Amino acid sequence: MSILTFRNVSLRYPQRAGNRPGGDVPVLEGIDLQIASDELVAVIGRSGAGKTSLLNLAAGFIAPTTGTIAVDGVPIQGPGADRAVVFQDDALYPWLNARDNVAFPLKLKGVPVAARRERADKLLEKVGLAEAGDRPIWELSGGMRQRVGIARALAAEPRFLLLDEPLGALDALTRSRMQEFILRIKAESGAGTILITHSIDEALLLGTRIIVLSPNPGRLSAEIEAGFSAEVLSGASVAAVKASPLFKRMHAGLTGLIHAAPDDEVAA
Amino acid sequence: MTLSTEIATLPQQAGRERSRPARPLPVAAISTLTVAAILGLWSLASAYTLVSPVFLPSPRQVVLALYNLAVKGFVDATLAEHVGASLIRIFGALLASIAIGIPAGIAIGTSRVGRGILDPVVEFLRPLPPLAYLPLVIIWVGIGEASKITVIALSMLPSIILSTSAGVRSVSKDHVNAARSLGASKGQVLAEVVLPSAVPSILTGIRIALGAGWTTLVAAELVAASSGIGFMIQSAAQFLVTDIVIAGIVVIALIAILLEYLARQIERRLVPWASHR
Ligand SMILES: Nc1ncnc2c1ncn2[C@@H]1O[C@H](COP(=O)(O)OP(=O)(O)OP(=O)(O)O)[C@@H](O)[C@H]1O
Ligand SMILES: [Mg+2]
Repeated sequence: MSILTFRNVSLRYPQRAGNRPGGDVPVLEGIDLQIASDELVAVIGRSGAGKTSLLNLAAGFIAPTTGTIAVDGVPIQGPGADRAVVFQDDALYPWLNARDNVAFPLKLKGVPVAARRERADKLLEKVGLAEAGDRPIWELSGGMRQRVGIARALAAEPRFLLLDEPLGALDALTRSRMQEFILRIKAESGAGTILITHSIDEALLLGTRIIVLSPNPGRLSAEIEAGFSAEVLSGASVAAVKASPLFKRMHAGLTGLIHAAPDDEVAA
Repeated sequence: MTLSTEIATLPQQAGRERSRPARPLPVAAISTLTVAAILGLWSLASAYTLVSPVFLPSPRQVVLALYNLAVKGFVDATLAEHVGASLIRIFGALLASIAIGIPAGIAIGTSRVGRGILDPVVEFLRPLPPLAYLPLVIIWVGIGEASKITVIALSMLPSIILSTSAGVRSVSKDHVNAARSLGASKGQVLAEVVLPSAVPSILTGIRIALGAGWTTLVAAELVAASSGIGFMIQSAAQFLVTDIVIAGIVVIALIAILLEYLARQIERRLVPWASHR
């Protein structure tokens, strides 16, 4: 069991000329957050609230202005294979076929060719793309690419999975199929997961905990536990779960919370 | 007044638009016609000796010259030997400029210090016509093969360096971040992500460099060489053997086209993904 901890984290991007005067813009402030291996924390918030910034901090792509981010008490020093990221626009390598993309983290580790090929094929099978190993990335559909991206992240055997709107670009049908898929993968891999999403439905359905990020500067304005993912995992149909009164009530509550956030941006 | 004439011409133009043939002549057909016309005029001009055969031999003579070049040769070497000498020079120079240019381009593209050091060198070299520094190179390296290869390599270097640094800088930030979050070291990011992303740009640079190098090669051989296609033309010109001069020019053009074609084929084979980014 691993724990990813944000302690009193704030983030300011350096102000560039031409922006608002008066120093750096605070993007995140006073973030305290803990994510354990058995959790899937869904982060929702309006555009510009700082969701991607939060994820980039966890990944180690950027360093917090104040505060610390630690894995099991050890402060992180930049990105690492213990926290694998899945990007909104897949970030797969077009010069590698699907299998070699999945095998990429193994190549970095120096795993011999035959062994990493075998492992990559297993992972591809796991994400339902057993036949797609030899195919070039550009031939794959959006949903297939995201599954390759997830398989690639899993190949690194991360302790945490960081998903930045992985389903944002997919059509509704593919999206709902991928939601169940992510649930299953998460449960099997045992990696603590942060999932950023614009969709309240998605957050409720997948998250064991849902965090609302309010903008200007980004703060955690609400934190809600949800158990719908467990219901779906134990066989309940997504439609039935979504139709339940509790789901509807929580949906309405979250909608209210997001809109109640201070509104100094026009039509966010 | 202008207004009234414009109004007057408008309907006419519209009418012309409509009466245009449904399928215009394809460009390739027009080009073929042009070539045929030039060849035709050339044949006529020499058939009626409008121009002295010393200045303009007939197409038949040029073809014959080509045949003789291939079989018997000219100034101690056959056409194949001349072309071979030239090709060895250009590919030698290409290897040298790749060996220097790609690391230099990476240095410019990835490090501020590298850019600071190398940018002025490249910017100085780039606009210089290679023949301007040929005499200096001959003084430094001597009249042998080395001086020609050096000059050709220098003329290829800027486009390889610049295309490499442009390619390196165009790497997607997400691609780099993905590798870092999957456990890549700095060196691995460079080798596994930055370089592969730069390959299409580098190949384009090599293609441009081949064009520049071929031009320089022929020019350098005209000035200082004892073999090669440029030397062959120069010797032929000294004895007013115009048919060989023209045959040589045709060969130079054909090889240039062939090199370009080969480079494009290699690009397509090696980086089929470049068009899908
Ligand atoms: N590299 C950067 N430099 C300066 N400001 C930035 C940078 N990245 C993001 N910001 C600013 O930080 C704020 C939060 O951005 P962020 O991308 O984290 O929001 P988000 O919640 O992910 O939005 P979206 O839902 O649109 O993806 C925005 O106001 C944005 O303009
Ligand atoms: Mg974002």
